[in-house]
Amino acid sequence: MSAELVIFYVLAAGAVGSAAAMLLPTTGRNPIHSALLLIAALFCLAGLYALLSAHLLTALQIIVYAGAIMVLFTFVIMLLNLSPNEILPAKLTLTKIVAGVLGLFVFGKLLTALTIASAGAKAVDLADPVYANYGTIKTVGRMLYSTFMVPFELASVLLLVAAVAAVALAKKSLKYVDAPVPPPAKLTRLAHKGDDHDAEAGDGHHGGGHH
Amino acid sequence: MTAIPLGHLLVLGAVLFTIGLVGVLTRRNVLVLLMSVELMLNAVNLTLVAFSRYHGWTEGHVLAFFIIAVAAAEAAVGLAMVLAVFRIKGTVWIDDLKLLKR
Repeated sequence: MSAELVIFYVLAAGAVGSAAAMLLPTTGRNPIHSALLLIAALFCLAGLYALLSAHLLTALQIIVYAGAIMVLFTFVIMLLNLSPNEILPAKLTLTKIVAGVLGLFVFGKLLTALTIASAGAKAVDLADPVYANYGTIKTVGRMLYSTFMVPFELASVLLLVAAVAAVALAKKSLKYVDAPVPPPAKLTRLAHKGDDHDAEAGDGHHGGGHH
Repeated sequence: MTAIPLGHLLVLGAVLFTIGLVGVLTRRNVLVLLMSVELMLNAVNLTLVAFSRYHGWTEGHVLAFFIIAVAAAEAAVGLAMVLAVFRIKGTVWIDDLKLLKR
């Protein structure tokens, strides 16, 4: 077994392990744990890209996915301040059974399709001078700015629209400021507890004043 | 020559995609649901990179680049929507978000 294959198995086990742990009811109970496990899986995938000589994508995977998207996820999770009470108990429901069956079905279909697609595949030799700059920023960038010029510009417009939409959606909408917001059940309970404390403290103070 | 058989990479991509799909269908937290979608997109990216490596193409890398751009846009808008919904409804559980009215 070559070193490359060993690294592949380690990275693949890391990616599948953290991806599965992200969704298990035990480890994935807290959304922040899920986010951290997904970041681990994304790093393993970045390693796999490096193994496949996709240099630009390795950098992009770490910068954009682990650096930007997942930071956004963790920010939102922390911003929403979800307490562990909001996590539902893990139980087997009809939805989960159907999801499992559907997942197995899709996996089987994917396997058959990919077996046909990969039959007799033989990798090109990257030592060939034709592939001297394979997967580098130079090669991919040159293709992006020539053959894929229009989609590239469209992608930039898409990102602009997404940024504007995100700001428009996330800013406090004035329409709902005055409307009574139904607080989540737990928050009311916590607020009650706080009220009780305050009331007790106030009573104590009051009593002291009387003395 | 790479020592990793193409089949290994494709099976890994299929496994990750299936995990993401099951996650989208089973998890009830909108944030974890969005993360599962990201995982599915990454599985597709891995498949694209694997095929590109085996055929010596660069087009696969360009397509993966676009998928990353779309995933970034999707995450930004999706999380903004989660924030807006949380502000109105006070929850991120999709079981509590089945009504169209407030």
